[in-house]
Amino acid sequence: MDTIRLNYILHLADNALILGHRNSEWCGHGPVLEQDIAISNIALDGLGQARNFYQSAATIAGNGATEDSLAYLRDVIDFKNCLLAEVPNGDWAQTILRQFFFSAYQYLLYTKLQQSNDGQLAAIAEKSLKEVSYHLRWSSEWVIRLGDGTEESRTRIGNALEFLWPYTGELCLPAGYELDAASNGYGVDVSSLQSDWHQRVSSVLEEATLAVPETGWMQSGGKQGRHTEHLGYILAEMQYLQRAYPGAEW
Amino acid sequence: MSTTKSEWPLWEIFIRSRQGLDHKHVGSLHAADAQMAIENARDVYTRRMEGVSIWVVESRHIHASNPAEAGALYDPANDKAYRHPTFYDLPDELKHM
Amino acid sequence: MEKNLEEIFQDKIDREIRIEPKDWMPEKYRQTLIRQISQHAHSEIVGMLPEGNWITRAPNLRRKSILLAKVQDEAGHGLYLYSAAETLGISRDEMYEQLHSGKAKYSSIFNYPTLSWADMGAIGWLVDGAAIMNQVPLCRSSFGPYARAMVRVCKEESFHQRQGFEILLTLSKGSEAQRRMAQDAIDRWWWPSVMMFGPKDDESPNSLLSMKWKIKRFSNDELRQKFVDICAEQVKILGLTLPDPDLKWNEERGHYDFGAINWDEFWQVVQGNGPCNKERLGARKKAWEDGAWVREAANAYAEKRKNRQSVNAA
Repeated sequence: MDTIRLNYILHLADNALILGHRNSEWCGHGPVLEQDIAISNIALDGLGQARNFYQSAATIAGNGATEDSLAYLRDVIDFKNCLLAEVPNGDWAQTILRQFFFSAYQYLLYTKLQQSNDGQLAAIAEKSLKEVSYHLRWSSEWVIRLGDGTEESRTRIGNALEFLWPYTGELCLPAGYELDAASNGYGVDVSSLQSDWHQRVSSVLEEATLAVPETGWMQSGGKQGRHTEHLGYILAEMQYLQRAYPGAEW
Repeated sequence: MSTTKSEWPLWEIFIRSRQGLDHKHVGSLHAADAQMAIENARDVYTRRMEGVSIWVVESRHIHASNPAEAGALYDPANDKAYRHPTFYDLPDELKHM
Repeated sequence: MEKNLEEIFQDKIDREIRIEPKDWMPEKYRQTLIRQISQHAHSEIVGMLPEGNWITRAPNLRRKSILLAKVQDEAGHGLYLYSAAETLGISRDEMYEQLHSGKAKYSSIFNYPTLSWADMGAIGWLVDGAAIMNQVPLCRSSFGPYARAMVRVCKEESFHQRQGFEILLTLSKGSEAQRRMAQDAIDRWWWPSVMMFGPKDDESPNSLLSMKWKIKRFSNDELRQKFVDICAEQVKILGLTLPDPDLKWNEERGHYDFGAINWDEFWQVVQGNGPCNKERLGARKKAWEDGAWVREAANAYAEKRKNRQSVNAA
């Protein structure tokens, strides 16, 4: 079994799943009906991407692995998503900004991943890129709206910026399996996305009349299974039925 | 204060379901601006591949004919049957007309 | 003059000509529609909550996606219906206000709790089943925007009931624990679903006028009987039972007889004493209040941009 390739794909899948899961928590509680529908759509796209990646990972894992065994039967230490994906939704500003940071990253990542020599990954990237392009546009507009909206919205997005910024460093800080995936031609060296990401993010923040934070100390560890306290709660909730009734069909 | 407290404006949504067809009115929704209205329409009215193109018009910009005048506006067309091709009695041998 | 207009109106209704928003209509017709359509819209929105509970706990990725898509559809349905009501001259904010103040009602069924995954199955099968039975005739409702909204709703709703039945079918073929879960869900959701058709015909004061105006087409009891007849057969496929010892095929009537409905419970829940009334309304109010600053910000930004554009143009 190609463990490094498996880890790489699981990392992509976990990012999509955990962020999708977080976004799905908004369903029924959005600030206005139209945006409730919009954020649920984004959550659905994430779940769809996760399923595609897990299915691809399952063929490598073998041993009867399925998309569900990978999503529902691994523990916190096995999950390889970036910390940014798992931080709580907070208010609408925090959710929007988290989505924006992530979409900008996924947009650049999937664009390059289309060149993967793994046909399946390239195909998933191509399909996902269309979805992410929309997420990026939608979230950029909201960041601008909130930054340049009212005094309150400006304060809130400013707080979100302060809170989330330290989690953005990990996005373009490659783990061992990413470097290996890149040198073998099926993955992307995310450190090569850093300057593009920073430039895109800066231009939107500027349009939102927000100051781009200094790049200070950054949190990391998610890609290696060292998570925030939040992921444990996400998994406890998400995996409860699979854990309580082992082997059951649903 | 009062302007920011108020409801987002209402927009009428028109969708072209397939290339080659007219845009058709499908319903309405609320949005703060035109860009948002288009995106909301995409999320609300095209979740099941219903469209390839979207028009949005703020509802207050729609001018409608008055139903009370329906008689004066539309009935006069009823007796102009000569505008329809079936009005003309032509021999069957005549093809392609 | 007034009488004349009313005659023309009723004549249109009788000839199955749809009424459109700008047409003359009796004030009572307008008010009845606003009440019914907004109540229907509120039901969709509040109805997102009991199922929304389980999105984060759905047992596999396929079910998770389906459930999220379904609950999201309900938001869409609420939106179509609010839009239809808005053509009658009431704003969505006013309707929300009526919901939040308790003045407007929504379907009582959503005041019951979702306690297990099997509830997603029972809601899809029974609650959506009952809703569809109510809604299909509304596609021919005399008010054009309502009828058109319902066509869209019904088209989307058909997968909702099927996914619910599929959940129950899978559970019914599963372990003992899963069968118990499924039966318990049916036991809890059956009677509230039967009550969804509303009071008995002779205790439903608004029904007669609504039938005359073709806002509704079948009486509460007619639809309820049809629902019972269908479910009594479908439950056999699940190998489970409906919790009604009096449920029995009546050859003479060509229908199933069924037991007495607990109308006291029905009215208690309507009046706010259901198990989850406070939670449901509380969740809706919280979402609305927490979202106020977001809505204001979007307005303020749109305003600023418009002003900048007009400055640039000048």
